[in-house]
Amino acid sequence: MTDLYQSQCAMRRMRKQAMDRGVIAILDVGTSKIACLVLRFDGTDRFRGADGVGSLAGQSSFRVIGAATTRSRGVRFGEIDAMNETERAIRTAVQAAQKMANVRVDHVIACLSGAAPRSYGLDGSVVLEDSMVSEQDIARALASCEMPDIGEGREVLHAQPVNFALDHRSGLNDPRGQIGNRLSVDMHLLSAEASALRNLLYCIKRCDLELAGVASSAYVSGISSLVEDEQELGAACVDLGGGTTGLSIFIKKHMIYADSVRLGGDHVTQDISKGLQVPLAVAERIKTFHGGVVATGMDDREMIEVGGDTGDYEHDRRSFSRAELIGIMRPRVEEILEDVRARLDAAGFEHLPSQQIVLTGGGSQIPGLDGLASRILGQQVRLGRPLRVQGLPQAATGPAFASAVGLCLFAAHPQDEWWDFDIPVERYPARSLKRAVRWFRDNW
Amino acid sequence: MRQVSAPRRDPAPSRWSYRLHRLWLTPLFRVLLRTGLPAFCLVFAVGVWMSDQGRRDDLRATVLELRRSIQERPEFMVRLMAVEGASAELDGDIREIVPVDFPISSFDLDLEEMRQTITGLDAVKSAQLRIRPGGILSVEITERTPAIIWRGPSGLELLDGEGHRVGPLTGRAARPDLPVIAGQGADLHVAQALELVAAARPIAHRIRGLERMGERRWDVVLDRGQRILLPEDDPVPALERVIALDGAEDMLTRDLLAVDMRNSARPTLRLAPRAVEEYRRLQLIEAGATNG
Repeated sequence: MTDLYQSQCAMRRMRKQAMDRGVIAILDVGTSKIACLVLRFDGTDRFRGADGVGSLAGQSSFRVIGAATTRSRGVRFGEIDAMNETERAIRTAVQAAQKMANVRVDHVIACLSGAAPRSYGLDGSVVLEDSMVSEQDIARALASCEMPDIGEGREVLHAQPVNFALDHRSGLNDPRGQIGNRLSVDMHLLSAEASALRNLLYCIKRCDLELAGVASSAYVSGISSLVEDEQELGAACVDLGGGTTGLSIFIKKHMIYADSVRLGGDHVTQDISKGLQVPLAVAERIKTFHGGVVATGMDDREMIEVGGDTGDYEHDRRSFSRAELIGIMRPRVEEILEDVRARLDAAGFEHLPSQQIVLTGGGSQIPGLDGLASRILGQQVRLGRPLRVQGLPQAATGPAFASAVGLCLFAAHPQDEWWDFDIPVERYPARSLKRAVRWFRDNW
Repeated sequence: MRQVSAPRRDPAPSRWSYRLHRLWLTPLFRVLLRTGLPAFCLVFAVGVWMSDQGRRDDLRATVLELRRSIQERPEFMVRLMAVEGASAELDGDIREIVPVDFPISSFDLDLEEMRQTITGLDAVKSAQLRIRPGGILSVEITERTPAIIWRGPSGLELLDGEGHRVGPLTGRAARPDLPVIAGQGADLHVAQALELVAAARPIAHRIRGLERMGERRWDVVLDRGQRILLPEDDPVPALERVIALDGAEDMLTRDLLAVDMRNSARPTLRLAPRAVEEYRRLQLIEAGATNG
């Protein structure tokens, strides 16, 4: 646990360094594409007006000065499969983004889409030492949460305090300085497979970059695609990616659940490839140009030519109707959405006051998906696009970049996590200097 | 048959090209490469070239020659010296002590040093040197005007109003218009002497000169061996008193040896020995007359 605390604190320090330098890169390693954005921070408070304006997630304090996307290689289900290939792809993206930004970036914030995230809700409570809540009390309350058994070979990705309660009052955002007797805290802990995380770290290190933070892609696409009232009232964000479909549930501006389904757009492509007997590249092209999930009478007449270079005339000159294509795609998309439904049910999504579902990610661009999704997921479904960020190229504003944009916001304003608070005094090593300082401060 | 085609080019940069690109984007490295490296190359090349003694000498010779050729252009040449405001004698002196071989480049003339030399001449009060267009070295001299003759340890010398030596004098007769002073330290108080001379204008035809006594006060020496002994302080009013007495009672035409004004409260007359005898005789007559 201390290891985790220290490694996460080291990442925070890296982030601080990068902020001081003013340039940071964000890296979205996905199954279908790798996106790299270079952000420049020009002073945190330059554009901050009144408090009401400040809630634009602070996105006015940075601008995107470099953006590059490359086809992902060596990634399956959001996890790194062939390390060298992935490393090359990351190098391509980073170099192109650096070239566009014309600055060298050393710090990178990455996100992880696969790695089987698992959510845990923790709670802990302490009796206050004196009646006012101090930072130390919060630290002790966080430390009193019982660590669940997250399993062998798994690591904590996020550990966010989502709710503080002081005696009978719950729903406090910041209990510091308030008067009470008993402080209790609810924490959301997200764990991920350590091996996937370690592979990503290794790849980034091989590219001479320093990791300044890591986030779950379901979480960051939720940050960028859900609007403020959705985050406040309760909503789920479904990020239909290439290899995985991430989903995250937000309420009161905190993520309370995240999960991922190991199915995505690549499976749809594979189905097309198998069903029509075309190469994967052609299948991908057909999917993006002609894909859909709701067949109409018109689609029977719309014929799609399939090229080919086998030399067999019959094979190369085939054509099929769009209805057939939809017939191949729809079951797979339904399967994905049903899996998402199952995960949402397991998380108890129906108990939330508002049950808005936002579809984002590259897969959400399939025509007619919202109709299909509302049939499976519920009535309140909308297609979401990520927030607009200053300086982002037009090509990178689509829903496929939800997690990249979310990472930008995450880089600018990370949420308080467990490791942003002090270690409670009792946990310091016995001879620590901090402990001595603390003792002096308490006694004089 | 299967077509053999080249595999698709890998768009990924190699590790080394990636690192070089990042290195190139490092600001310090860029500055070093863009300014540091050329500067170093330049300094290094110049250093290598200059390390040979022969080349250094060649370079120096070339530079000197180039400099010479510019300095000796006709625009910069000085052909003659014009001395203004000097008597013929002083003119000759100046030309003697400033040995310049005309024509000469104006870069080789050290005007300040020449000015010092010329000002070093006794007869020169101040000098202005400049090079006039047309290659003329113009020397403008302000001469000292002799105001007084000093009979010093090395003979007669002419002094100006400030006591500065102007030149030697062959004989008193050469400048009968100037007053004479004598005595040790007289040349240091020329101004006072001139004041006294001016004050003594009514008896100017009788004055032989002024003598500094004991380096502290003046004696006015008149003909017939008469002297007026003046006090150390305020000699001019004392002299004026004597002149006033002379004007009233023709004092100085009498047989006096000296008028001693050193104590202003008690001016004293020293009579000549014969006058004393005469005075005694007259007193005796006066007494005899009373006697019988």
